[in-house]
Parts: sequence; structure tokens; C-alpha cells
Amino acid sequence: MEVKVLDNTMDTQKGTGRALKDRTSVSHRMQQFKKHYFLYMLLAPALILTLIFKYIPMYGAVIAFKDFSPIKGIMGSEWVGLKHFEKFLASPNFDVIFMNTLKLSFFGLIFSFPVPIILALMLNQVRKAGVKKNIQLFLYAPNFISVVVVVGMLFIFLSPTGPINQIATWITGQPIMFMSEPEYFRWIYILSDIWTGAGWASIIYVAALANVDPELHNAANLDGANLIQRIRHIDLPTIRPIMAIVFILAAGGIMSIGFEKAYLMQTSMNLPSSEIIATYVYKVGLQSGDYAYSAAVGLFNSVINVILLVTVNLIVKKLNEGEGLY
Amino acid sequence: MVVKHTGLDRLILALNAIFLTCAVLVVVVPLVYIVVASFMDPTVLLNRGLSFNVSDWSLDGYQMILSNPAMIRGFANAVLYSVSFALLTVTVSIFAGYALSDERLAGRGFFMIIFIITMFFGGGLIPTYLLVRNLGMLDTVWAIILPGAVNVWNIILSRTFFKGVPRELKEAANVDGASEMKIFFQIVIPLSKPIIFVLALYAFVGQWNSYFDAMIYLDNSNLHPLQLVLRSILIQNQAAPGMISDQLAMAELKRLSEMIKYSAIVISSLPLIIMYPFFQKYFEKGVMVGSLK
Repeated sequence: MEVKVLDNTMDTQKGTGRALKDRTSVSHRMQQFKKHYFLYMLLAPALILTLIFKYIPMYGAVIAFKDFSPIKGIMGSEWVGLKHFEKFLASPNFDVIFMNTLKLSFFGLIFSFPVPIILALMLNQVRKAGVKKNIQLFLYAPNFISVVVVVGMLFIFLSPTGPINQIATWITGQPIMFMSEPEYFRWIYILSDIWTGAGWASIIYVAALANVDPELHNAANLDGANLIQRIRHIDLPTIRPIMAIVFILAAGGIMSIGFEKAYLMQTSMNLPSSEIIATYVYKVGLQSGDYAYSAAVGLFNSVINVILLVTVNLIVKKLNEGEGLY
Repeated sequence: MVVKHTGLDRLILALNAIFLTCAVLVVVVPLVYIVVASFMDPTVLLNRGLSFNVSDWSLDGYQMILSNPAMIRGFANAVLYSVSFALLTVTVSIFAGYALSDERLAGRGFFMIIFIITMFFGGGLIPTYLLVRNLGMLDTVWAIILPGAVNVWNIILSRTFFKGVPRELKEAANVDGASEMKIFFQIVIPLSKPIIFVLALYAFVGQWNSYFDAMIYLDNSNLHPLQLVLRSILIQNQAAPGMISDQLAMAELKRLSEMIKYSAIVISSLPLIIMYPFFQKYFEKGVMVGSLK
């Protein structure tokens, strides 16, 4: 087919050279347009959905600075400046909620961060590939259990008559009120997070460690390095860059701690430590209908988040000789 | 050559084996407990704990949960939402990823920035909710699948993947007279089956396990997905609406609600439990692809 076209071109080249040139350039442009047209068609759905569902809400966030009334709409409502922000900062809830959010994610980060690394270093010492695979199969599994089921299991296991309290009652004579004592909330939250996610989070470290040249270990072994020394001087440096990235991402997201689990774990008794910004926004906004105020609280949270991400990245860049996330 | 171990090394390796065994037990024991408990008579479970005596076992829990209309509807809804969400989000991301991988697309950088900004900034819960409400999408499937359909991470992943597809392949097809559309659908897509599969798997599982969007956007309980039904059973301790027709004694109510908890967990996790061993390597692949920058 291509050859035919070429033959035709050759035949007519002499007489109608100029006309042909025009025609090819027009058809060339048409072709280009068609190509681009197709590419834009492919891009369009994602672009349109993003503009609608991500950018319109960004504009909608201006209600944080307005006295929003659904009847007047976003445009028609009156500006009130920072009124809602001042109200939040001055409210007696602020200290509690802010500190709850910060503590939950800070302690979560401190305790959750090392576990996958330790797991990976330990898995790396398992020599039999089959055994290692099976251990991984089990350790990764909880990652696929839904948050509703995880919290449901917490309620089952930690209930006053549950299996853990059967042991506790046997030892101390009385059950421990795990889900209603505020002081336990954070621990339960963080430990169950580790239970769910640590195995899965170790994958990336396991893969990096598997790429270490075994010759390196052999050579170190010949030089008399013991296991601990080899882990310290060969394995740890291998995964350090990954640790840095994982840490920045986690630290940057410290104020964006998820709503889903905390909300499910809340009972009326543990609220003093379980009420965090995300659950507060939901309750004030969607349950009580105070849209503008709760949008302001949400916006306040996102701003802190962005500041945190940038700061943490700067610090890591300094410590890590110019190697940050961006 | 085999690494020589000192006495200390051997001790550490032994401890390592013990710790790993403990870690596996910590994961497995609660899961086994739930499965065994799901087969038990709730009165025995409540009074004496787990028992491996067959006479203490019963299938009542499963019978109740499988005859519970809310649960069955929730299951069907979850399948519908998860499948359609996975189809939509993967299609949209793959399309966009392909377009953005092509150097002939003018304004690639600009479009990329538009997408990436949304990874760091957002309007927040309330403005998004108000938008969905104004669009009249409350109490419809669209509220569940549309707002989160564009996954920037997936766009980046597929763009990286498509950049790796050899140019010569596309050019050869072009010379043979294949249109751009033909090249995309008949050459590029078949080549990308693995990545499409991984992305779809993640989308499906994510949607299957989530409850938040359904909670805020769906008021009508006939539309509730499985996780919301589970929430009422497991956390709000309601033996699911429609299950108790007349007034029952408190003790009986508690017995019922305890009884169905375990079987509800097992039934709801079944699809993922069945999928998991087969697909584990794909899930892992997803993590590894995602970690490439």
C-alpha cells in the first residue's frame, strides 16, 4: 500500500509539484491534528474530572472566609475574613484537638517507622527462600483487612468480656476498659496500625536488601566481621536512602492523619484523646451543618500540612547532603 | 563460599527465628481466633471461650448472616462499586498516562503540574461534599466512583510505563498505515496488560475496603456497600436492620449480635482471602513499581 502511494507521487511529481506540496502539507497538518486530537481525547476525561472534583472544591474552600449560607451560594455569601479561624483558635476544644492530632501522628510515626525496617533486616537473614516467602505471605496479609474489620476485631478482642480481658480478669481480678479509657486510645491505635501495616511496609526494604551483592558479605566475613557488624555496615547503608524518603513522606503527612480509623474507634468515653481535627471537621461540618466553620478548620489543617512537608524536606536535605524529596 | 558464623552469630540467628515466629503468630492468632469463633455457639464462646469440641460448634452465625438482606445487598453493592470504580479509574489513568507520555502532546508539562498540585493541596472535605451535593450526586453511585476516579499516582506510573514502550514499535505500525487509535488499542494496550492488572487490583481492593465516601454520600441504606453494613454490625452493635422482627429480650439481642460478628468478618473478607495468595506477587509488584521515581 505504501509503495503504491510512492509510485503515484513519482508519476505526478513533475507536472503538479507545487500543488502536491501544498496538498501534502495540508494533509500532513490534518494528520498531525488527528494525532493530537486523539491524544487530547485520551487526556480529556482525567483533566475534566480533576478540574471538577479537585479544583472546584479548592475554589469552594473560600467559604472558610465567608458566612456561608446554602441559599446564597458560595458567591453570594458575605465575607467575614478570619472570623472562623479566630473562633477555632479561641475555642476551648482547640488545644485538646490539636494536641490529640499531633500526639497521635507523632507517636505513630516514632513507633511505626522502625518496625518495617527491623522486620526487613530480620527477614533478610532467613536463608531458605521458601520459608521466607511463607513468612512474608502471613506478614503482608493484614494489609488487606479493611479498617472496619480491624476496628471491629479490636472491639471484640478488647471488650470487657473478650479474650484479652479473660486473661486480665484471671490475673488482676477485674477487666480493663480498653475502649473507653482515653489513656489507652493512642496505644491501641498505634499498635493496631503496626499490626496492619508493618509487614506490608517492609516490602520495599526487603527488596533493596535482596539486591545487596552477597560477595560483600562474604568479603566482610573473611575480614572477621560478625553478623551485627555486617548488618550495621552493609545492610543499613543500603536501605538508608529509602528510609529517608519514607520518613519525609510520613513526617510531612503528620497532620493529615486519617479520619477513618479514629472515627470508628471513638466511643463517647475515649473522646478526650480520640477527637482529632479530621473527625472534628466531619462532626461540625457534616453532622451539625456548620459548613463554613468546619471548612476553615480543614483549611487550617491543610496549611499546616504543607508547611510541615516543606520544612521536613528542608531539614532532611540539610542532613542528607542536598538529597531531599524534591 | 559459605559465610562462617561465630557463636554469637548463631545465637542471633536463633533469636531472629524466634522473633519472626512470634511476629507471624501475632498476625495469625487473631485471624484464626475469628475464624474458629465464627463456627462456635455464641453462648459457649461468651462463657467458656474458644473450644475445639465439635458439639460446641454451630453454623447459626453463617445461616443468619447469609439470610440477612442488608448483608447480601451490601455485598452486591460492594461488588458493583468496586468493579466499576476499578474500571473507571484505570481507564482514565491509563488514557491520561499514555497521552502525557507522548512528546507530540503540546503542554504536557503544564497538564502534569495541574495533576500533581492535587496531590498536595485540596479543597477539603466540606467543599467537596458541597460540590457533590450541588451536582445532585448524593445517593447515587456517581458520588462513590467519580470524585476519586483520577488517581495521579496511577497516571505517573502508567506514563513512566508507556515511556518505556519502544518508539520503533509505534513507528513501524504507523508505516503500516495503522491509525493512532489503532496503535493505542491494538498494540500499546495489549503490551500493558500487567500494569493495567496491578492498578485495577489496587483500585478494587481500595474501594472494597473503604467506607468513608459511602458514609457521607449515601443516605439510603439500600445503597450501602458491605463495609457500612459491617460497621453497623461490628461497631455499632446493631444486629443489622430487618434482622429482628419483633421485640426480643436484651440477652437474646446481645447473643444474636455477638453471633453474627465473626461470620460477618469471615464472609466479608472472603473475596480478598481467596484472591490474596494468587495475587500477592502482583500486589508486591505494585509497591515496587510505585517506589520507582
